[in-house]
Amino acid sequence: MAATDTYAEEVSRPGQHTWVQALVRWLCITVSLAFLAAVLLAPLATVFVMALSKGIGTYLHSFADPDTLAAIRLTLITAAVVVPINTVFGLAAAWAIAKFEFRGKSILITLIDLPLAISPVISGMIFVLLFGLHGWFGLWLQAHDISIIFALPGIMLATMFVTFPYVARELIPLMQQLGNDEEEAAITLGAGGWMTFFRVTLPKVRWGLVYGMVLCNARAMGEFGAVSVVSGHIRGLTNTMPLHIEILYNEYNFVGAFAVASLLTLLAALTLLVKTLVERTGYRRR
Amino acid sequence: MSFRSPSILPGFGLTFGFTTFFLSTIVLLPLAALVLSATSMHWSDFVSTVFSARALGSYRLSFGASLLAASINLVFGFIIAWTLVRYEFPGRKLVDALIDMPFALPTAVSGIALTTVFAQNGWIGRYLEPLGIKVAYTWLGVTLALTLISMPFAVRAVQPALLEVQRDLEEAAETLGAGRFYVFRRIILPTILPALLTGFTLAFARAVGEYGSVIFISGNLPMKTEITPLLIVVHLEQFDYQGAAALGLVMLVISFVMLLTINLLQAWGRRSQVRAAN
Repeated sequence: MAATDTYAEEVSRPGQHTWVQALVRWLCITVSLAFLAAVLLAPLATVFVMALSKGIGTYLHSFADPDTLAAIRLTLITAAVVVPINTVFGLAAAWAIAKFEFRGKSILITLIDLPLAISPVISGMIFVLLFGLHGWFGLWLQAHDISIIFALPGIMLATMFVTFPYVARELIPLMQQLGNDEEEAAITLGAGGWMTFFRVTLPKVRWGLVYGMVLCNARAMGEFGAVSVVSGHIRGLTNTMPLHIEILYNEYNFVGAFAVASLLTLLAALTLLVKTLVERTGYRRR
Repeated sequence: MSFRSPSILPGFGLTFGFTTFFLSTIVLLPLAALVLSATSMHWSDFVSTVFSARALGSYRLSFGASLLAASINLVFGFIIAWTLVRYEFPGRKLVDALIDMPFALPTAVSGIALTTVFAQNGWIGRYLEPLGIKVAYTWLGVTLALTLISMPFAVRAVQPALLEVQRDLEEAAETLGAGRFYVFRRIILPTILPALLTGFTLAFARAVGEYGSVIFISGNLPMKTEITPLLIVVHLEQFDYQGAAALGLVMLVISFVMLLTINLLQAWGRRSQVRAAN
């Protein structure tokens, strides 16, 4: 065997083993932490240092700006509409896919995951192609005085597209793994479909549902590319928080930009906290 | 054979109908609009848009920087995953949770924060400046932003595979006299290879489409630091919907190829895991 030569060379001698392992261990931990510190921790710390660079008064004052408040409100409204809709969709999709066997199931799963593979810019552009002034329905919409692009409906559609798979892709594997036995028992004992869903299925999958909703919400509030394409960047009207950050930053209003960024960073930290707590309940990410 | 197997559970019609209806209106129909808009272009217009010098320059940057970022994450993602799985150290749980930060952090925030840190007078940029390394507003900055946002994909793909590596095999090999490097090359690497490649592809796929974090750090000079998604936005802002759709179609096709590759790699990973278990 050819491998035997290499094998003989690499036979370890006692004593040499431990310090090499200790060195590798030290090196791995140091490299990992240094990489994360430079690429992840330094930017995170910068957000707060920049936001507070002119003192806490200026920081708090930057939230009094009516355009900033409008951006926060728009982001909250968008998430409040998009997350529930995608949650209902996720539950329906998971029920259909996990509880039944039908042809073309794997194609359906792939199609649900599709938005994750698509550039955010394209996710926004497709709605401009449909509803923009020069788009397919542009003239019809204009004649009927309905605005979708550069208005709230466009922002919601684009956000819905990018966050579309989040709840479904958490619930589908979870419900498949948990099986149908309890649901079948409930139906056999005379429970109705809705009762079975609310009393049997929902409690079983609740942590997966929370997990998916939290991730969906984080993406909905933080989406930049897709929303940027459809929003039109009208201050106080169609600027979400991430878009408002861009405008403030480009105006060299760094305290303002990083103040809004600090809110989104806190939201991200909160998302991770909830995610970690949910994982601690025994619900594991596969 | 009927469309679906019989089941006593109710609600198939309702949930399947709602799922396909919602999927069609929100995802499939708009994507079809993109494909139709691009294909309704005259062939020569399509070619001149897709192969214009500016478009070619943007592909070079988008694909080059994404490949580089995915490669960086292949190396560092593995080291980080290895460290988290194999070593116990203070703060390990916190570091593990922080890996997902780029998932949760809005891209605009990553963009402005990275630019500030790596600008000439930034915390890290000021030490690179005397060395002649400019990060912000160059292709290096683009690569850095793409590295950050695609990092979790690489780490999270490798981590479960590393947990699957059978420690008793390693111990058996060591008992028989194999060195650590030999064990790594012959036992660990073959087990995690599909996961490494999956992580690489996922990171690359995410990086190619990224927009938010890049536009702040790139400087956005046509031909030099302009990524393809930004060029699409430029077309849209000039109301050149067809040009934007043409470039979008190119990126869409690439996304499909990536998705297919990822699925094949994951199938390979499952097969080799089954083989290892038997």
